[in-house]
Amino acid sequence: MSDLRDLYQELILDHNRKPRNFGPLADANRSARGVNPLCGDKVAVHLHVEDGRVTGVSFEGTGCAISIASASVMTESLKERSCDDARELFERFHRMVAADDGAGSAEAGMGKLAAFAGVRDYPARVKCATLAWHTLRAALDGEDKAVSTE
Amino acid sequence: MGQVKTEAWNGPGEALDVARVREDFPILGESVHGKPLVYLDNAATAQKPRSVIERVARYYETENSNIHRGVHRLSEQATRAYEDARGAVRRFVNAAQDREIVFVRGATEAINLVARCYGGANLEAGDEVVISAMEHHSNIVPWQIICQEKGAILRVIPIDDRGDVVMERYHRLLGPRTRIVALPHVSNALGTVNPVKEMIADAHRQGIPVLVDGAQGAPHAAVDVRDLDCDFYAFSSHKMYGPTGVGVLYGKAALLEAMPPYQGGGDMILTVSFEATEYNALPYKFEAGTPNIAGVIGMGAAVEYLTGLGIEAVSAHEDRVLAYAVERLAGVSGLRFVGTPARRASLVSFVFGDVHAHDIGTILDQEGIAVRTGHHCAMPVMDRFGVPATVRASFACYNTEAEVDVLAEGLEKVRRLFDGV
Ligand SMILES: Cc1ncc(COP(=O)(O)O)c(C=O)c1O
Repeated sequence: MSDLRDLYQELILDHNRKPRNFGPLADANRSARGVNPLCGDKVAVHLHVEDGRVTGVSFEGTGCAISIASASVMTESLKERSCDDARELFERFHRMVAADDGAGSAEAGMGKLAAFAGVRDYPARVKCATLAWHTLRAALDGEDKAVSTE
Repeated sequence: MGQVKTEAWNGPGEALDVARVREDFPILGESVHGKPLVYLDNAATAQKPRSVIERVARYYETENSNIHRGVHRLSEQATRAYEDARGAVRRFVNAAQDREIVFVRGATEAINLVARCYGGANLEAGDEVVISAMEHHSNIVPWQIICQEKGAILRVIPIDDRGDVVMERYHRLLGPRTRIVALPHVSNALGTVNPVKEMIADAHRQGIPVLVDGAQGAPHAAVDVRDLDCDFYAFSSHKMYGPTGVGVLYGKAALLEAMPPYQGGGDMILTVSFEATEYNALPYKFEAGTPNIAGVIGMGAAVEYLTGLGIEAVSAHEDRVLAYAVERLAGVSGLRFVGTPARRASLVSFVFGDVHAHDIGTILDQEGIAVRTGHHCAMPVMDRFGVPATVRASFACYNTEAEVDVLAEGLEKVRRLFDGV
């Protein structure tokens, strides 16, 4: 039996209670909305992108602790990254939570994002952890229609 | 949270021997994450008794063949078993004739059939269809589709803060353009038992037919379609201890007769030529193609099982567990019920502090407790109550007060993990 504390780590509970970079972004030039139709989670990601770099980021939305914390930690880990870097980070994050390449190795070098590694033991929750990231990618791609986890 | 009054739906009945009932359900011996399974997701689908599982296996092992087609022995046997199941279902809902029982894939298909065939034939631009604000999506979307196609208008009876329909608004919605009313017998998101008999009589006074979505009604109380005088009653086998993939549309013969067929194919015809086709009699007109034979036979076994327990006894038992759950959970601080209807059946829907339903579901799962978390295919209900999602615990004949205690203790674990609530 996996310990719930592996899933609900203190960092996750803390970001759920006090989401960072939460709210609209005054100078946003890219935005996207995402929904998880299964549970009704909704998130919007706002970006300010300049010269191929993310110089500002915020999010808004409602959802479970995993999806809110994931969005919050994501915004913290994006600032001043290049768009390509951000995309690459999503790939790595996805591999880690979906355990695509086996457990254990993927969280190396992920910093705070490694707190979400426990999600891989809860397949039903992978979409909660990746909703904000899918939405981020849509924003980076400049898609303005809502993305869905389905 | 104050006390919530719940009135028993069916009144007292003979007591059910729950310990014995539990032995009929093999899955209840399973454990989940090392804990005994506490299955409280019965409104999504109920577990199956051994008699149903074995009946389906016996069909495949000794009777498997197509029905209504062969003159050989197996086909005769399978056809008889299939039609016997129809008879069992007819008696179960007290319909007048076997031909008023149409086997479909489930409540969803039954409603789609009526929307398509009755709605398709009777709706014109400017006509109105009346539904309620507590529908499952399957009693919204089929009507939306046909209304859009015909230029008809979907009207919605509002519900109050307790989760009861506002009757006076219902009466005002019924008018000369109303072509059909479609209502849930019991709400899957709130547990509300609607006064369908009274609402049907109200519609009939203006000559308007009524479809009852009985997906959550038929499993929990004796349904008498003639006493209700409903024109259509839709329900699913899998929510009443039968197999998935099969359900029933009851329809008054005169209405079904007048409706065009739903799908074309084998079994639904008498004669076919390239010029014209003569449709088969009821109910076969609506049962095109090889049906879910094993499922139908399994549903027949489920109906027999329920009848054997006594639906009144099941109902009384569920009311008792429900009343206990309402009282016990009302004592859990931070818990708020979503829906406190005057009459409710078999389920409670709630939120807990500001912990999201999904997180609660995951934590309860670790305790072996299966509940439904989310919008329950009733997004308009969530909007009405201003919540994104709820936790729903729904009860069946095999649930116990002790399982309600396990649920309440599980919620204390949620509280500890989320620091307070
Ligand atoms: C009230 C109600 N109506 C209709 C349905 C649809 O039933 P099915 O999915 O079996 O077709 C459900 C199932 O959840 C329900 O609860």
